[in-house]
Amino acid sequence: MAISPATPTGPTPAGPATGPDPARRGDRHALPRLSPRASFVLRRLGRALVSLAVVVVATFLVVHLVPGDPVRAALGPSATPELVERTRAELGLDQPAWRQFTGYLSGLLHGDLGVSLRSHRPVAATLADRFPTTLVLSLLAFLVAALGAVPIGVATAVAARGGRGRAAGAGVSWALSGLIAIPNFLLAVGLIALFGVTLNALPVAGWGGAAQAVLPVAALAVGPLAYLARIVHVEMLAVLETPYMTTARGKRLPARLLYLRHALPNMITAALTTGGLILTGLVAGTVLIEAVFVIPGLGSTIVSSITAKDYPMIQGVVLVYAVLVLGLNLLIDLVLATLDPRSSIMEG
Amino acid sequence: MRSGLPRGLRGPQGVVTVLGAFALLLVIVLAPYVWGDAATATSVADRVQGPSAAHPFGTDDLGRDVLARVLIAARLSVLLALGATAVAVSGGIVLGVVATVLPCPLRRLVSAFIDILLSFPWLLLALFFSVIWGATASGAMLAVGFAGVPSIARLTYTLASSVTGRDFVRAARIVGVGPAGVILRHVIPNIAPPMLVNTAAYASTALLSFAGLSFLGLGVQAPGFDWGRLLREGIARIYVNPMAALGPGIAIVLTGLILNAIGSLTGESASKTPLRPRASKARARAGAGDPEVLVEVEDLRVSFPDRQGRLVERVRGVSLTIRPGETVGIVGASGSGKSVTAMAVAGLLGPEAAIDATRLSFQGIDMTAAPRAADRRRLGLELAVVFQDPLTSLNPSLTVGRQLTEVSRTHDGVPRAAARHRARDVLASVGIARPERRARQYPHELSGGMRQRAMIGMGLMGRPRLVIADEPTTALDVTVQRQVLRVLRDARRRTGSAILFISHDIALVSGFCDRVLVMKDGQIVEEVAAARLDEARHPYTRALVACVPHMGTDRTRPLPVIDESGGVAEEARA
Amino acid sequence: MSTLEFTGTTVRYGHGAGAHVAVDGVDLTVASGGVHGLVGESGSGKSTLAAAAVGLVRPVAGTIRLDGADIAGSSAAARTARRRVQLVFQDPYAALDPRMPVGVSIAEAMRATGRRLSRADRQRRVEELLGLVHLDPKRAGDLPSAFSGGQCQRVTIARALAAEPDVVIADEITSALDVSVQGVVLNLLRELRAELDLTVLFISHNLAVVRYVCDTVSVMRHGRIVESGETESVLSAPAHPYTRELLAAVPVMGEPFDGEEAL
Repeated sequence: MAISPATPTGPTPAGPATGPDPARRGDRHALPRLSPRASFVLRRLGRALVSLAVVVVATFLVVHLVPGDPVRAALGPSATPELVERTRAELGLDQPAWRQFTGYLSGLLHGDLGVSLRSHRPVAATLADRFPTTLVLSLLAFLVAALGAVPIGVATAVAARGGRGRAAGAGVSWALSGLIAIPNFLLAVGLIALFGVTLNALPVAGWGGAAQAVLPVAALAVGPLAYLARIVHVEMLAVLETPYMTTARGKRLPARLLYLRHALPNMITAALTTGGLILTGLVAGTVLIEAVFVIPGLGSTIVSSITAKDYPMIQGVVLVYAVLVLGLNLLIDLVLATLDPRSSIMEG
Repeated sequence: MRSGLPRGLRGPQGVVTVLGAFALLLVIVLAPYVWGDAATATSVADRVQGPSAAHPFGTDDLGRDVLARVLIAARLSVLLALGATAVAVSGGIVLGVVATVLPCPLRRLVSAFIDILLSFPWLLLALFFSVIWGATASGAMLAVGFAGVPSIARLTYTLASSVTGRDFVRAARIVGVGPAGVILRHVIPNIAPPMLVNTAAYASTALLSFAGLSFLGLGVQAPGFDWGRLLREGIARIYVNPMAALGPGIAIVLTGLILNAIGSLTGESASKTPLRPRASKARARAGAGDPEVLVEVEDLRVSFPDRQGRLVERVRGVSLTIRPGETVGIVGASGSGKSVTAMAVAGLLGPEAAIDATRLSFQGIDMTAAPRAADRRRLGLELAVVFQDPLTSLNPSLTVGRQLTEVSRTHDGVPRAAARHRARDVLASVGIARPERRARQYPHELSGGMRQRAMIGMGLMGRPRLVIADEPTTALDVTVQRQVLRVLRDARRRTGSAILFISHDIALVSGFCDRVLVMKDGQIVEEVAAARLDEARHPYTRALVACVPHMGTDRTRPLPVIDESGGVAEEARA
Repeated sequence: MSTLEFTGTTVRYGHGAGAHVAVDGVDLTVASGGVHGLVGESGSGKSTLAAAAVGLVRPVAGTIRLDGADIAGSSAAARTARRRVQLVFQDPYAALDPRMPVGVSIAEAMRATGRRLSRADRQRRVEELLGLVHLDPKRAGDLPSAFSGGQCQRVTIARALAAEPDVVIADEITSALDVSVQGVVLNLLRELRAELDLTVLFISHNLAVVRYVCDTVSVMRHGRIVESGETESVLSAPAHPYTRELLAAVPVMGEPFDGEEAL
């Protein structure tokens, strides 16, 4: 749901610029003695920690927000009252709320996430089994999407502006719109139908070898890749129209310097600022992709535990997913801080 | 603009969208009556069949027709998506608008909270909420709805804040309009159109999201069925009948596209028609001209496409020459074509500009065509440009030094260290103190005047024969303006470069230039020596001189005013 | 009679180490019926002073009074009193709601008078005001986009007048306009001042314009007033070096550029 930026038409009327000098405005917001980059990274780190705290509180509260008796709901109508009481005590739900919360916190700090209501295994052990699969799947898709989007978006933007290859550019842009409109699980189904059923070329279930990773990674990465490529396309077009690009053209720099040195860093910061969420959103897509391809990761775990109302397991998986998302967010912020000397000002 | 059909509704895309929306509506309303029996009639004989004439999408494990079930599922799928959209949009708008009107510290807190929620993907939020409300259709609807609240809230907040920061809202507050009045009268009317587009877009997202939840088994439960549920059932039999899985998938994608298209129709933000680049051409005689002439322009015409794509001529037959070392000024009101003329001379007009000229050359190089490699090098070294706003015309992510040295390094093959040395000298020569330090800084760390000096310095890295200065001091304070002009003049004295100076300030031009060209409506109406501006013949020039108050203007009389025809209208009648 | 009086007015943006004093202990009196100019470069604090007078920012110290009554505080009385000071902004397009017909914008400003007018009265008054600024009264239903920049600025002046102000603050009202339109707006201001006996605080960076319009003038720099007095005497015999610097920087028609002592 991006809003198209207002496109200025015609030259702007000449007139003195107003408002306080941007340089001065920047100084006002910068923390003393810290470089803008360092303070930007510190602020983002702080925000990640606050987000983590919100997640911890939310996962704790979720059990309490379930209407009715969560234990009864989890164990089903056939469970004996004794069993319900015993489970309630196991979960600590018979204690006052603040005791429950401190217990939850200290458990987290010791890596103790409780015991699954269904398998009676420690949640942490299950997560340790499942997490690597989801991590690898996410990171592979993350890389494919990020690295694939830039050349496609840049090439179509340059073609669209320059006038050469306009038809091809338009075709690519239509294809991108189409791919964005297809959610990953539908794409997965389509890929299975094509490569698994019709061509019988690739495995369509399980996890292990490289061949088994092809379709899930593709299904997970293609949508974000297309979305990101379109953002890159739009941002690149915007960058190409900026006065500083006119300045660079005025220096008659070769195309290589023009695009790689002058346009690319500015485009990437702009694209990451708007497109960062797309990349982290891909992490959650593993839930659906793992379901389609029957991959034993966190995604299939969370679905089965929600269906079974296995609350300790739900809390654990949500926490791990949130940490993964926050980690990727921080990674993107670091890239932004490295590329953009103004990152501190954009914050203000 | 307020009458007639929305712009998007015209044209083939609009027609297809309307037809698609109509078809979808028909299916939603009528499907259960038409295909109800086929969707529920079980038949053991017809179990799990592939596509056939009787069952285009095949049958399911109870022998029911999949196509009929897909059509019937439209109603539930779309209604649940719309329900989720309603939850997301109403929640998001309330949260976003409330955040806008809160006092500052609270506002930042709420905004930060929205940002935190926003950093989590919708599916994760939806799963979290579906823990609370359970794996039911209504629970999933609430979950998808609540998962959308942060993004709608952020959008509302961003749009609303951009409105509340505008002068017209300040004006309303000054006359005593309260927060509620500001929101009702100014904020809502201004954010409604983009919100509408995004609501439709969110409906499409909600449809896909809901299908995802149902597909995972967390949405609609048997015996009810929506598209996600049908997909879940279909994928189990994908080797027997792929259409059982692909059918609902196609329905989801098509409906998503229709919802999205409805959004872009209702919005007035229909994207600008892509600009069609036009071939520039010089009508013959592009060869070597007079060596005593630096710039030769003959019958220059430049057109730009307007919103409808029609070409509008903005420069209409301009001819001018610049001799080496001359300072030539162009004055005119905004829209007179003075900047376009200058950019045409520099060869820096965008691809959307259609240039037509009998001659447009700089030192014999034809500026209407892409320059050859050798010419590029000459242009890079000998033609410099200075723009109005030095902040936006310097690259924000490269150091000042880098932007200076690259000219020498690219075109002169100067080694890095020598180029740095030269950059330092040039920065010092344009009056920048501590040039080593400034060269390592980024443009945003410099003051406005210093940036413009650096910009001029960039042109001095080569061997400028012509500096094109397009309103170089308009964005600066008067005292800084004088310093920058001084730098420009000193540079000219040192290098012998000519200057093409564009400005709307006739007094400034008269003092700085040798010769002044007065432009109006894309044409040069008069060319006059700067020292003889008071003897100008053309009524427009005389009017331009007369209408600006100066330090000797008679305070007791009204100012002369330029009338429609371009001359001085009645002087002092009041 | 309406005198606008700033006493020790101080405005600070931000807080802590990053705080920035935009207006620093300004004493300034805009005498009743006069046009007082406020000259200074960008960042000198002149617009902030205007914003403080109409309540858009709150001074951290000092007072702002209109005929002796406080208009800077947060009390209901101060809020009502300060509606008698109206501001005309620099950029006329930004100052008009793009989706609101200009007549509605003008009518909205009538709230400041505290009187409730009937629909017909409002309409009549809108037409009267449009006529006053030389615009066709029949165009009250048009959106701002249908007007040129100079016409929009006339609409914002009409809006300010609709509030029946005692003092009008004109904040760089011609600097976003083309030079050819500037004269129209300046003439209008002169005319209205004579007709309506307005008190005006005229903010500008253009000394020639200030000289043409103002009776008295103050020069502002770094948030402080460095010099005040009769316009003629301040501009012909400036006492403060900064005023001299400003004067020297004004380009004069036909006079060759001389930047020898600049830098």
